Amino acid sequence: MKISEETVRHVAALARLSLSDEEVAHLAPQLSEIIGYAEQLQQLNLDDVAPTSHSLARTNVFREDEPWPGLARDVALACAPDSTDEYVRVPAVLEG
Amino acid sequence: MGYETVIGLEVHVELKTKTKIFCGCSTNFGDPPNTNVCPVCLGHPGTLPVLNRQAVELALKAATALNCQINQDCKFDRKNYFYPDLPKGYQISQYDQPIGEHGYVEIEVDGRRKRIGITRVHLEEDAGKSMHGEDGRHSLIDYNRTGVPLIEIVSEPDIRSPEEARLYLEAIKSIMQYCDISDCRMEEGSLRCDANISLRPEGSTEFGEKTELKNMNSFRNVQRGLEFEVQRQTQLLEQGQAVTQETRRFDEATQTTVSMRSKEEAHDYRYFPEPDLLFVHIDDAWLDRVRAELPELPAQRRARFEQELGLPAYDAGVLTAERAVADYYESVVAAGSDAKTASNWVMGDLLGYLNAQGLTVEASPVRPEQLAGLIAQVDKGTISIKQARDVFKLMCESGKDAEVIIKEQGMEQISDEAVLVPIVEEVIANNPKSVEDYRAGKQKALGALVGQTMKATKGKANPAVVNKLILERIGG
Amino acid sequence: MSVHTVKEILASLRRKESKPSEWTETALRMIEQHDPTIGAFLTVDGERALERARRLDGEAFDGALFGVPYALKDNICTRNLKTTAASRILESYIPPYDATVAQRLAATQGVLLGKTNLDEFAMGSSTENSAFQLTRNPYDVKRVPGGSSGGSAAAVAAGMVPFALGSDTGGSIRQPASFCGVVGLKPTYGRVSRYGLIAFASSLDQIGPFTRSVEDAAFVLQAISGHDERDSTSAPQDVPDFVRGLEGGVKGLRIGLVTGLDEHGVDAEVQAAVGKAVQTLQDAGAEVVEVHLPHLRYAVATYYLIAPAEASSNLARYDGVRYGRRAAGQSLAEMYENTRSEGFGMEVKRRIMIGTYALSSGYYDAYYRRAQQVRTRIREDFEQAFKRCDVIVMPTTPTTAFPLGEKVDNPLQMYLNDIFTIPANLAGLPALSVPCGVSSEGLPIGLQLLAHWWDEATLLRVGHTYEQARGFAMPLPRMGA
Repeated sequence: MKISEETVRHVAALARLSLSDEEVAHLAPQLSEIIGYAEQLQQLNLDDVAPTSHSLARTNVFREDEPWPGLARDVALACAPDSTDEYVRVPAVLEG
Repeated sequence: MGYETVIGLEVHVELKTKTKIFCGCSTNFGDPPNTNVCPVCLGHPGTLPVLNRQAVELALKAATALNCQINQDCKFDRKNYFYPDLPKGYQISQYDQPIGEHGYVEIEVDGRRKRIGITRVHLEEDAGKSMHGEDGRHSLIDYNRTGVPLIEIVSEPDIRSPEEARLYLEAIKSIMQYCDISDCRMEEGSLRCDANISLRPEGSTEFGEKTELKNMNSFRNVQRGLEFEVQRQTQLLEQGQAVTQETRRFDEATQTTVSMRSKEEAHDYRYFPEPDLLFVHIDDAWLDRVRAELPELPAQRRARFEQELGLPAYDAGVLTAERAVADYYESVVAAGSDAKTASNWVMGDLLGYLNAQGLTVEASPVRPEQLAGLIAQVDKGTISIKQARDVFKLMCESGKDAEVIIKEQGMEQISDEAVLVPIVEEVIANNPKSVEDYRAGKQKALGALVGQTMKATKGKANPAVVNKLILERIGG
Repeated sequence: MSVHTVKEILASLRRKESKPSEWTETALRMIEQHDPTIGAFLTVDGERALERARRLDGEAFDGALFGVPYALKDNICTRNLKTTAASRILESYIPPYDATVAQRLAATQGVLLGKTNLDEFAMGSSTENSAFQLTRNPYDVKRVPGGSSGGSAAAVAAGMVPFALGSDTGGSIRQPASFCGVVGLKPTYGRVSRYGLIAFASSLDQIGPFTRSVEDAAFVLQAISGHDERDSTSAPQDVPDFVRGLEGGVKGLRIGLVTGLDEHGVDAEVQAAVGKAVQTLQDAGAEVVEVHLPHLRYAVATYYLIAPAEASSNLARYDGVRYGRRAAGQSLAEMYENTRSEGFGMEVKRRIMIGTYALSSGYYDAYYRRAQQVRTRIREDFEQAFKRCDVIVMPTTPTTAFPLGEKVDNPLQMYLNDIFTIPANLAGLPALSVPCGVSSEGLPIGLQLLAHWWDEATLLRVGHTYEQARGFAMPLPRMGA
């Protein structure tokens, strides 16, 4: 599978990465090679094989609906690069 | 050419849990910003979600109450997108194995029952809230709501008018409240609704181009927003123009919808199974228990009110819309009141008073047994209906029992004939003209005689008894 | 230099021949002396460590690791101590909470000395992807220590700490342990809580120890194992007494030798050393059987779809909003892109790109879902294999430590190096790397053992038996070229 530079740009946009033209040019063949390598999986007949998303077969792990202590607001906000006394602050979110 | 309206609704309902879906932070509404947060709901590096059992329980209850088929093996998936109020850069939701599918609710349109299909019910986490900063260049984010458990209820495109949309929402709200799943307070955001609406030529089976409608913060606005859209889209189509597929926002001030004009990026949510959570298996025992514990739902209760209590459909509908009202009403009947009389009181004086005061039925100053006590006083003939309404007002203000107020106000009716006969005879003797007029056929004259008797008893005489006694004496 | 095992330190402390502060001072001295060359530590928390150790001097021997100094890989969150995952994007991140393993080790009264270097977000096999520094192999400073837990491996190998924790997603404990001549253990997925481990690939990540002996590994595993209600994937499985289980030998145990490994380019010296180790086990009474893992050859392809896919999602939270580094931007979108582009290194970007691509619309079934299906096949291969044997033997890596810079520009080559370590992660199995020799160039070689799910006890017993029987001591590293 050849991955075009255009695809690389599209995927980068999905991942919120801005790539320079050099990076795009560098990544396109690398991703093609890696994805190309992964394509050997297409050789396998996998009809009726259930996918494994966890190596554990357990189910129903719950916590009870009981409160636990959280973070004090000043501690939580101190981690943020920008905040007011009450809120985390970011460049304006445009309508939409 | 006539057009048919096609509407589908996506309703988000916040579940009534004490803590968030994946951490132990409080879900309390209205707390100061960013005070119900912890490393987990803030998405700190290395933190992991642990599923709140009660959230699954409530979602299962909801899906069951909405007549869904339950996916006994359901799982969580990550829905990936970037937004500052979404701390992890993905929302934990359910994609291809939601908790419930293929359900329905019934609504009543113009006296006819109609089924609205429900495509799916799934469980997910809520996002935080962003608001505009005062400087206009920043947004401020509050993460208190982040991780509050939600269910999303997606309807089939079975809704054919804005009114049906409102009725559908009312039905959903009613079911959620009956099952104690959610407060469904639209003004607090615990029930939110987006709508897809399109028009098509009558008789056509293909869907027209649809718009998605957001930001409708009351049931009334959902109806109005959709009505505006019907009008707008009809106009476009009649002028031979196309409807653009877009997202529009309801603007309350102008009662119109406006295009959100955001750069419409093609969404690619890259769903995949959430590796930090294991699958949920709902075994038969669990499912059976939830089914068994499901309370009587609004539709069933309404049918019962009609069939067993003999209430008119209208009364049954009004009384069962809210579970608390229906409970109240049933308590009044249980305390001995006639079903229809109790219905009149609850729908009329009680709800009228509560609405005027902005009170919920739970906060009613008059308890059901007290209302039943008042009705009993009327039945016994102690007071007239008219007097009873005054007594009710006083009960609301004081919280006292009807009997006490009647005594305090000296309002007991006189029905005792032994007391009334001498008074009636005196009135007849003193008003020969009226007696003559009545016998001459003037019905009005009877009223005058009754009036005189009432006056003589300071209004306490039982008018029905007085009427009877006078007629017995002047012939009738 | 003289190096000590956890067991030796504890014995000395218990006999009151030494004090906790002396061991911490020794460790800090070793770091001061060697770390400028080796580059194992990103943060040394010397003052607080000494303070803690001195406090222990006055206390009675109590906790299981009382007074033992140790280090944590810098992707394990420590409250009030910088945790960077070796990424610019978390350059100055100070977690407001402790990872469960950090809490558990603190409860054993061990002394945390600092945080070790890694490939950024644990993505790499050489520790060269750290945003901050190179770590060098103590056996040959021109070579890589392996990765991604290169700092922890090198710190233990160089005698700076008797044990350290790392994390293993596709071999990130076992491969550097093999390259640096120490013991490295990846427990069964779910044995050790991941709460507080900065996620790379959630369904594969597992925390485990680096030690100088198998016995020490058993000791540390004991301290960090067990169910944690903060991690849904941590299992409420009984934790046996791993240390007591070490004795007992291998008589009657069946050792599974995987057939057809030649096609993966195993170095002749590595093959010889592993062969000799198998002989040693056989001499000790084990029975050797051949096992077949037909889908092993697909492991790398499978892994390099699943791990980046999960990573692309796990790393979405680094957006400059709630913590970590934020780059300037006129708009929110620009802020996001600048933050992530400046904050992540090239390998991390590459994996985010692979993962995003594999999950994106139209490709999910062909790549991600298919990889999950092959994962099922790989698990089934092991289920079959473990019907015939108790422990599977393989080399940890096809080669010994490679020179710094050799594979930096060839990501696929770098990935293929993980062929023998990846299967245990895909299947969730426990696996151990034990030094089994030294190459003609003086580079350590690792023997990898894999056991059935939850059977770390047998794994450690076989490892310990081998270690006792192998008939040589690992030479101390030269710390120079």
